Amino acid sequence: MADALTKLLQDHDWLMADGATGTTLFNMGLQSGDAPELWNADKPDNIRQLYQGAVDAGSDIFLTNTFGGNASRLKLHNAQNRVGELNRLAVEIGRDVADASGRTVVVAGSVGPTGEIMVPMGSLTHEIAVEMFHEQAVALKEGGADVLWVETISAPEEYKAAAEAFALAGMPWCGTMSFDTSGRTMMGTTSADMVKLVDGIENAPLAFGANCGVGAPDLLRTILGFAAHGTETPIISKGNAGIPKFHDGHIHYDGTPELMADYAVLARDSGARIIGGCCGTTTDHLKAMREALESRPTGGRPTLDDIAQKLGGFSSSTDGTGDNEPQARKTKRRSRAE
Amino acid sequence: MSEEEDIILSELPDDELVLQMHDDLYDGLKEEIEEGVHILLGRGWQPYEVLTTALVAGMTIVGKDFRDGILFVPEVLLAANAMKAGMFILKPLLAETGAPQVGKMVIGTVKGDIHDIGKNLVGMMMEGAGFEVIDMGINNPVEGYLEALETEKPDILGMSALLTTTMPYMKVVIDTLVEKGMRDDYIVLVGGAPLNEEFGKAIGADAYCRDAAVAVETAKEFMARKHNQGATT
Repeated sequence: MADALTKLLQDHDWLMADGATGTTLFNMGLQSGDAPELWNADKPDNIRQLYQGAVDAGSDIFLTNTFGGNASRLKLHNAQNRVGELNRLAVEIGRDVADASGRTVVVAGSVGPTGEIMVPMGSLTHEIAVEMFHEQAVALKEGGADVLWVETISAPEEYKAAAEAFALAGMPWCGTMSFDTSGRTMMGTTSADMVKLVDGIENAPLAFGANCGVGAPDLLRTILGFAAHGTETPIISKGNAGIPKFHDGHIHYDGTPELMADYAVLARDSGARIIGGCCGTTTDHLKAMREALESRPTGGRPTLDDIAQKLGGFSSSTDGTGDNEPQARKTKRRSRAE
Repeated sequence: MSEEEDIILSELPDDELVLQMHDDLYDGLKEEIEEGVHILLGRGWQPYEVLTTALVAGMTIVGKDFRDGILFVPEVLLAANAMKAGMFILKPLLAETGAPQVGKMVIGTVKGDIHDIGKNLVGMMMEGAGFEVIDMGINNPVEGYLEALETEKPDILGMSALLTTTMPYMKVVIDTLVEKGMRDDYIVLVGGAPLNEEFGKAIGADAYCRDAAVAVETAKEFMARKHNQGATT
């Protein structure tokens, strides 16, 4: 039997995902520096409200409050021995909300990066990364997640480790990376690199794409980059609602619901089939996005100029996929080796 | 690989050796850098001269290309590791010879945030530029920062956050410094992917640094200003 997301993708041209988890929990009183995942046990009503908000705003998919739910992240809060419990609880609450919605809503078990650097640059080995992701994956599965959803990844090696862990857990999955450095991930991965990465993974994801990063224009440039490679795998677009500003002791993302509505429609025109928000995206933004996606016709693929005109400019002039990219210095040893 | 053996560092004259070390730093070749440092020291170079001419100048090239989106974190980490290996040889010698100190920095990632890639890069690049760097690691509560400031008495406090959920904590730290009347004793620099210049200003930092190369430039600028102020008062 196919999973819920595969079925939804078969029946619909596009799906709407959810918005921000962190921003929403802050608005409910989460203190900066505290682990959002602890609320799965301590404040389940708030977590229920988080999911319900996305469902009521028209999301077809929502991500569980488990982004930092791996052992490496929970260790910061001395909760590394609670991986199973906190992930299971998050999904169980989500399952209740989704099943009570009266339509098919996908509960996606969120998996964030370990936060560690993998060998040879860092100390995290492939085996330990797989083990950590697997521990979380099993708990998300037990809680009743429809799919697993790894997000905000920078290193291709970490993406692969997650894919392997999800295969071990026998779960379908989606995975997005964060393109926040001149249109690339922090580790230098371009949109073109990611298409190759995804095409080369044995346990292929149901969908792949980009999340977070720097603002909607950059994110859409990345989506266009994916689409240009003619990939068959559905593309996910989860952009931030503008950029973060500080107001009266609160973080506020400056993107309006109107801007996010334009972003959503442009994301679909750019080739994304699963469209949602990331940091700063509230239920007001989601409602405006849903409304726009339903009421506005689809258009042709936008140009970078179209995007800049409607959503603002880009953070860098290139994103690593063009012909005129700046080149690394030719060093003597390397040029001799060539 | 056989082509690489063509370059025999010990046979190069000083100026070519230094340029080759810049290349080797760029390529993140740790052993070659160690060898180069030993050769220069053996030829009677002052440790401080080796540091500035070979290592710092080399890391400046790396920093520039990182800033311009030509090199990315993996390459820079390898380069920084190579530099660190060179520094490891020089450090005790620098202390013996009383080489000039550019400034001192305490740096740490805020509570709840595990990402220390950016912080490590800043730390290494600052060391590469001649600063003394005290690294507090990840997940630091405000009390930890206060303690480190009091014990280490640095010129600069650097804070890093990579997550939306943790970046407001920088303001908690700065507000506490203000409350305790300590804020003006330090240059406060902040960094991290979700931040921007306006955010840095809004929380009361002296500057937001987009990346490690900018952090070094900014730190030098503030230290120069600090020294100028010191001279006039």
